[in-house]
Formats: sequence, C-alpha cells, structure tokens
Amino acid sequence: MSTLSARHIPLPRLIPWLLAVPALLLIGYLVLMDNGAVSQTGGYLHELMHDGRHLLGVPCH
Amino acid sequence: MVRTLLVRGLLLGLLAGLVAGVFAFAVGEPRVDDAIALENATAAAHEHGHGAAAHEHEHGEEEVSRGTQKAGLFLATGLYGLAVGGVFALVFAGLRGRVGPRSDGGLALAAAGTGFAAVILVPFLKYPANPPAVGDPETINSRTVLYLAMIGVGLLSAAIAVTTARSVPGGPWARWPAAVLAFIVPVTVASLLLPAVDEVPDGFPATLLWQFRIISLGTQLVFWASFGTLFGWFCERAERPARAPVPA
Repeated sequence: MSTLSARHIPLPRLIPWLLAVPALLLIGYLVLMDNGAVSQTGGYLHELMHDGRHLLGVPCH
Repeated sequence: MVRTLLVRGLLLGLLAGLVAGVFAFAVGEPRVDDAIALENATAAAHEHGHGAAAHEHEHGEEEVSRGTQKAGLFLATGLYGLAVGGVFALVFAGLRGRVGPRSDGGLALAAAGTGFAAVILVPFLKYPANPPAVGDPETINSRTVLYLAMIGVGLLSAAIAVTTARSVPGGPWARWPAAVLAFIVPVTVASLLLPAVDEVPDGFPATLLWQFRIISLGTQLVFWASFGTLFGWFCERAERPARAPVPA
C-alpha cells in the first residue's frame, strides 16, 4: 500500500490552518462543558446549552 | 485548498448540527421534559415546606426558562456541528492522499464513520448519556475528565487500528479483522481499567433512561451520518470537471 498519492496536501500548506483548531475546540468547550469558569457568564451559558448537552451525550451536571 | 475544505466543513457542520437539533427536538425533548418533571417531583417531596424554589438550584434558579433552553438546543447542536465540522475538515485535509480511501467521497464517509466510533460510540459505551435528574452535581468534574479520557482512548484506538490495517499483509480478509481487533482490544482494556460511574437515583424509570440514552446516541448518529454524507458529496461535486454542460 503506497502511503502518499498525488492528491495529498503538502504539510507546509496545511500547518498554518491548524491555528484554527484551538479556536474550534474552545467553541466545543463552551458549548459542551463550560460551567461559568471560562465564559464568565455564571451559569447562563450552561443553562442555555442545557438540553443540547444532555442530548449530545456529554456529562452536564 | 485547505481554506475551501475548512469553510466547507464549518458550513456543512453547522447544517448537520441543525439537522441533528431537529431530531433531538422532535424525539428527545419529550423525554427531557419527563425527566425534569420527575426531578422536580422528587425535589418537591424533599424540600416540602422549605420554600418552593429551593429545589431549583440545579437548574440555576431557573434563570433560563424551559422554552429558551429548547431554543438553546439548536444553538448548542449548531455550534457543536460548526466546531466538529471545522476540526473534521482539517483532519480530512491531512489524511487526503495519505491514509484511507482514494476518493474524497469515500474518505469523507470513512473518516466520519471512524470519528463517530472513536469520539462518540466509545465514550458512550463506557459513560452513557444521562437525562436531567441522573448524575450527582458533586462529581461533574471527575465525570467530565473520565468522559474526555474515553474520547482519547477512542482516538488512540482508531489510530492503532489504522496503523495495524496498513501493516498487515494480505487482502481485506486479513486487514479488516486485524483492524477491528486492534480497535476493540484497547477500548475494552481501558473500559475495564477506568472507574465505573453509577449515579442513577433509586426508582428512576429504567425505560425512560434507556429511551433517553438511545435518543442521545441517535442525535449524534444523525449528525455524523448527515455531516459525512454532505461533506463527501460536496467534495465529489467540486471535483467534477467544470466542462460538464450545466443546464441553464
């Protein structure tokens, strides 16, 4: 099995975009896990996302 | 190229998240309401005579109404989809031409299927979703850490499985069982080693718990299936030669 085909995207062109990953993970964290400590919204964000957290299957409270 | 993939992942992730939100709203919300009704009934029995609102502490003194929480469901699944879609697109960009199926459509479906198994199914099997009224707020931090640990186990096991499949000689009849085994063994070992969480209150209806958990898994399945299909389809469509006649 060959490991690299002509369709691959060279790493130098890919790596700068990885800077988006922390921002995306922060969105995921705020939606799924924040309890007021990071967002500084008290419990508001937690309560607003409450049903989504339960139904997406993450521990909510 | 990467920019196109990232934008595609973000937008289609948002869309698939909203689709999953529709499923969760239609199928899941009635069960969430059932669980909250039970929670309030239990709390009211305990707090009898100690002020009507005393039992609301777990839901932030009701600072957000149930109606707003149901609207918030779509915000939550939409933003979840956006974030997952973005990360997926970057992983896809890294895998393309290096690992997995040669066609973009095939790779999108394979990566979404693997992602669902590693990031959703593995943690779910060890630490399944819980409706309101189930779970001790005191242990939320340790349960969150354990849940994240199982996501790590799932991703690591998927990486082991892919590496194994690529290094096993022979056709698909050798590679597939080897990959499945290389996935299941570490997941099983980790599940046995990590502590169990058992916080279902006495008397909580087993049927409601089962229904809620299946609907929760279903919500994630709707998201990953629709996202993988949409992402693959848009990639294939973009690859099609522009020379093809387009009906006006």
